[in-house]
Amino acid sequence: MVHTIARRDLDEKEALAFSGVGLTYPDGTAALFGVELSVKRGEFVSVVGPSGCGKSTLLKLASGLVEPTEGVVSVDRNRLGYVFQDSTLLPWRKVKDNVGLLLELHKVPKAERDVRVQETLKLVGLEAFSDHHPRRLSGGMKMRVSLARSLTLDPSIFLFDEPFGALDEITRERLNEELISLFIDRGFAGVFVTHSIYEAVYLSTRVVVMSARPGRIVGEFEIPFSYPRGPEVRFSAEFAKIAGEVSKALRGEIA
Amino acid sequence: MTQLQTFRQAEPVIAAASPRRRVHGKGILPPAVLFAGILVVWEAISASLSPGRKYLLPSPQSVLMHGLLAHDAYSQILPSFLRTALLSLGGFLVAIVFGMLLAALMYRFRWFERAAFPYLVALQAVPVLAIAPLMAVVFGYSYTAKGLIVILIAFFPIPANFLLGLRSVDAGLVDLFRLHRSSWWTRFFKLALPNAVPQLLTGFRISAGLAVIGAIVGEEFFQAGVPGLGMRLLQYLDQVEYNRLYGALILSSLLGIGFYSFFTWLSRRLLQSWHESAAG
Repeated sequence: MVHTIARRDLDEKEALAFSGVGLTYPDGTAALFGVELSVKRGEFVSVVGPSGCGKSTLLKLASGLVEPTEGVVSVDRNRLGYVFQDSTLLPWRKVKDNVGLLLELHKVPKAERDVRVQETLKLVGLEAFSDHHPRRLSGGMKMRVSLARSLTLDPSIFLFDEPFGALDEITRERLNEELISLFIDRGFAGVFVTHSIYEAVYLSTRVVVMSARPGRIVGEFEIPFSYPRGPEVRFSAEFAKIAGEVSKALRGEIA
Repeated sequence: MTQLQTFRQAEPVIAAASPRRRVHGKGILPPAVLFAGILVVWEAISASLSPGRKYLLPSPQSVLMHGLLAHDAYSQILPSFLRTALLSLGGFLVAIVFGMLLAALMYRFRWFERAAFPYLVALQAVPVLAIAPLMAVVFGYSYTAKGLIVILIAFFPIPANFLLGLRSVDAGLVDLFRLHRSSWWTRFFKLALPNAVPQLLTGFRISAGLAVIGAIVGEEFFQAGVPGLGMRLLQYLDQVEYNRLYGALILSSLLGIGFYSFFTWLSRRLLQSWHESAAG
């Protein structure tokens, strides 16, 4: 039995904290159970787990889209970035107007908005496409636009819900490398949900393994590689060893 | 802000081919050929009729010369055409305003949708000709009564399609807007409304065609006031003026085709940059 814990303030360096968080749906299904997780700025935490273990739900709780039925989630929602599985672009808006959407929702004046949109488009290498509609972009480019849209708010905590899951391997690896660059440059706290152990180990400072429903955290692995990580990190012996351990922890739960 | 090193120029491959350009005139050719074919068949049937029955289907050029272009024909039929055009347009516009308002209310309040939607469907199912006599009693043989017939017939597709469009917003987008604590109004104007434009335009297109039918039916039933095409049709039938009868029929069709073409053009213009329906 987990008791509701009083809301606690975040530490100075802390960007997200789960204390005894559980979620039970009205029909009695337990989705998550007793989740303890703290993510500091400068940390990039990947969450892996079997399908339906509540990984995505974890992010919905972190963002406040869903309220926990037990425990407390502490996060600064004013500077929160969230990239979904789909690029969730507005198809009737040009790329630049999609990137400016969140600034618009936060009522940033037009002149300032334009400047920040241009900067961000340049950062993700899409300035040549600012007047295109999303329909004319490839899947990877749409994901970049989605990333850029969140970046305009300069988030201190950045949530990623399997953002590259639908992309081909080559595009996916390239976007992983770009995401690492962004992480080094901006120093946000990252929480990245993925099916791919390799992606998780490659990107993260820490990998969290979740069990099948009701989802709980059953393993945590510190990843010792320093940044920047070149693509060759993926082929090192140590990388393979860590990936193997994560895989073992994951399979132990699936069996 | 610095360009990050590993950020290369995004892959220059453009996924979807740029929208196919319609070669001008190419779209008109097939229907034009078919039209010519219809004229030939019409002419053939007309020529095959015995002299005593020929009045039932005059030849195309006879309809054109005596039914439309002769001075006393067009001076009568053109004002009627305008009258019917105005009637259908007026009813159509009222249907747009109230239909959109109704759909927006149903979108805002679920309980209102549950309350009102069955009646909307029932309204659609009522045979208009069955309630026309009642309307004649209440409103007299007036412009209002004709207008109401137009609205009744043309109304349903607008709220039905608009509501469908408003409701078909991607759940991820709703989450995105909720995440940034946008108000209902913001969500309506920046998300639901633009999302509903394709369906709304489909509703307009269907409704516009129905409005023309409604206007002609209304005029045929309430034979009073300034004569529109509907009244002319019956009048020419009585007077055995078949040249003019066919002329009036052609103008009625042109009115419907005109409305339909306008909204097809408008859809393509508004949607071609982003919606699949306008890609062809």
